[in-house]
Amino acid sequence: MKNGTMNDLTRFAIFAGVVLAMPLWLEPLGANYPDLLQKFAIYGIFAIGFNILFGLTGYLSFGHAAFLGIGSYAAVWSFKLFTMNAIPAVIFGVLFAGLLAYVIGFLSLRRTGIYFSILTLAFAQMSYNLAYSVLTPITNGETGLQLSQQDPRIIDSLFVEAGAGLPSTNLFGMKMSGYPGFYFCAVMLIICFFISMRIFRSPFGLMLKGIKSNQNRMNYTGLNTRPYALTAFVISGMYAGLAGSLLAVTDPLAGAERMQWTASGEVVLMTILGGVGTLVGPMIGAGLIKYFENIFSAFNNNVLADIFSFLPDSVSEVVVSVLGLFVGSGWHLTLGLLFMVVVIFLPGGIMEGIDRVISKFRSSRQPVADNKTVSSQNQPGE
Amino acid sequence: MDAIFLQILNGLDKGAAYALIALGLTLVFGTLGIVNFAHGALFMLGAFCAVSLNKLMTLSTKVEDTSVTLFKAYKEQPYLEIWFPDMGHTLIEYSVPLSILLAIPVMILVGIAMERGLIKHFYKRAHADQILVTFGLAIVIQEVIKAYFGANPIPQTAPEILSGSADIGSWLGLGQNVVYPWWRIVYLLFSGVVIFGVFAFLQFTTYGMVVRAGMRDRETVGLLGINIERRFTLVFALATIVAGLAGVMYTPVLPPDYHMGMDFLVLSFVVVVVGGMGSLGGAVLAGFLLGIIQSFASMTEVKAVLPGIDQIVIYLVAVVILLVLPRGLMGRAGVMDD
Repeated sequence: MKNGTMNDLTRFAIFAGVVLAMPLWLEPLGANYPDLLQKFAIYGIFAIGFNILFGLTGYLSFGHAAFLGIGSYAAVWSFKLFTMNAIPAVIFGVLFAGLLAYVIGFLSLRRTGIYFSILTLAFAQMSYNLAYSVLTPITNGETGLQLSQQDPRIIDSLFVEAGAGLPSTNLFGMKMSGYPGFYFCAVMLIICFFISMRIFRSPFGLMLKGIKSNQNRMNYTGLNTRPYALTAFVISGMYAGLAGSLLAVTDPLAGAERMQWTASGEVVLMTILGGVGTLVGPMIGAGLIKYFENIFSAFNNNVLADIFSFLPDSVSEVVVSVLGLFVGSGWHLTLGLLFMVVVIFLPGGIMEGIDRVISKFRSSRQPVADNKTVSSQNQPGE
Repeated sequence: MDAIFLQILNGLDKGAAYALIALGLTLVFGTLGIVNFAHGALFMLGAFCAVSLNKLMTLSTKVEDTSVTLFKAYKEQPYLEIWFPDMGHTLIEYSVPLSILLAIPVMILVGIAMERGLIKHFYKRAHADQILVTFGLAIVIQEVIKAYFGANPIPQTAPEILSGSADIGSWLGLGQNVVYPWWRIVYLLFSGVVIFGVFAFLQFTTYGMVVRAGMRDRETVGLLGINIERRFTLVFALATIVAGLAGVMYTPVLPPDYHMGMDFLVLSFVVVVVGGMGSLGGAVLAGFLLGIIQSFASMTEVKAVLPGIDQIVIYLVAVVILLVLPRGLMGRAGVMDD
């Protein structure tokens, strides 16, 4: 993504505009409802954070879901103990995720390559299994952690009498569900994007890229790379914690399944699909996966039969039964195939695809001398 | 004493499954240099070979039930039993061991197709790419199985003669309560035979010698005029057979469902890494070791001291070994040192 036509400020402004206008331009795509929009923003944060680690340093973590989970738990505990305000919940989520990331990163970063992946995976599975079994007093095990009437909520109880129903999360009185919830997440996403952009452009980011391309050489020049990698790991863990706490803000419950390794796999998927190491790629990947998950899993054979009703009966039956495998509960099949196709043909993800299209477009508009022979056939008026 | 002996036995059968999966995983890694996240799915495919054979054999039709005399009653009877009354019944009973005969050709085909169609193109790509593409493939295999067999586990039964438990305690002069299911003994023996077979193949045949040479230095073997690619395809097929057979024989122990492969995969990767990437002996050793450790950790006495230890012990051992012995138990220098 080094097209010098755009400077960072305009890129940031465009990103912010596009994110904030999501309810408008997603309307025709049938994705304009708050739950889904919140998911776009939240998983965008998760993927952007993951990209800071994987995209910049090349360390493939298979355990990022642990940070997502702990962020959620911390946020729900903040709702239970202190206040229903979203700000402290987010702060707690980020803080605890950062602490966990520091511990796990400190140990895991002693190894590289696949050993690092296995170590992070092992730590995440440990957290998941513990959350399910022994830590039940904290995590409420299989049921998941929920709000209840008996929660103390120390700060809230100073100001208002507890109502009859369960209180909802708020931001200084503004309810954090529906569109306000989305805008809260969107603002967070924009802030996160800004920070990530600054990291990409900073000397620190360059150092991380150096780790990715040749860690040995960095070490030979007398530089200790581990603190840099550890910082990247902690930052990326904090992003995941923020995403986890936002999940709890929009819907105040937390379950252990958020920590499972399939959840870690999902964020890897999002990042790869969008484009590793690019600024907006992970966000696009996250949005696409969540969009398809939502659209495809809503389809079922009846809907398909409606769509293909114009075909003769026998043909449409076959078509529906074949396509039925790919939608509804089988949408994971589509995801798996999509994923394989992207890794095989487009290792750089969607961003690489866009770049290729753009460069093709450009070279056909302004043919340079040496590829004139190839492109001249397609040029009208030449 | 009895309890300890029993726990070792209990650990062995799970350990055998880990060892078999890890053996194939590390074989593929050591020869082809491929990190195969779809290996667990192959284990699951093997298990579903047993399920399909059983389904095929028990295809049944409605016949009149002559044992009911008061009114006309019908019962389902498999065609096999109608065609060959006694023989058919025995065949159905032994459907799990018989599935081996089905699983071997199926797994060979799957293995060759997978290697030629997909894996071949990933030899030169980064490990991360290999992980990702095989992870995608695993999802696809898993979902296809789910679409055809449903999401629920499908229990399989061992032959009746093997369905009881062996009274090992009285054989060895230990307590009366040391009993062990016959089928698990069969599984242990079976896995021993398979592991021995793989080692013998690699150690004592010329073919295996070339493969081992290829594991060390693939380029030189290629320069000697040997078609190493074709041998590696066969090695991949061998690994899929091992995974498939492990799956077939494990069905009476654990009813197969579509995500059993993923559950075992994560653990098997831990096993491979603990044993040392690319070391066959290490994988087998670590498989049995982790199986036994896991079974000890789930003793109530141990759980009373360290609550929750049974849930995390494998990962804990993996973390400690990786941090203390970076190459695992028996890893060679120069394999995956980056």
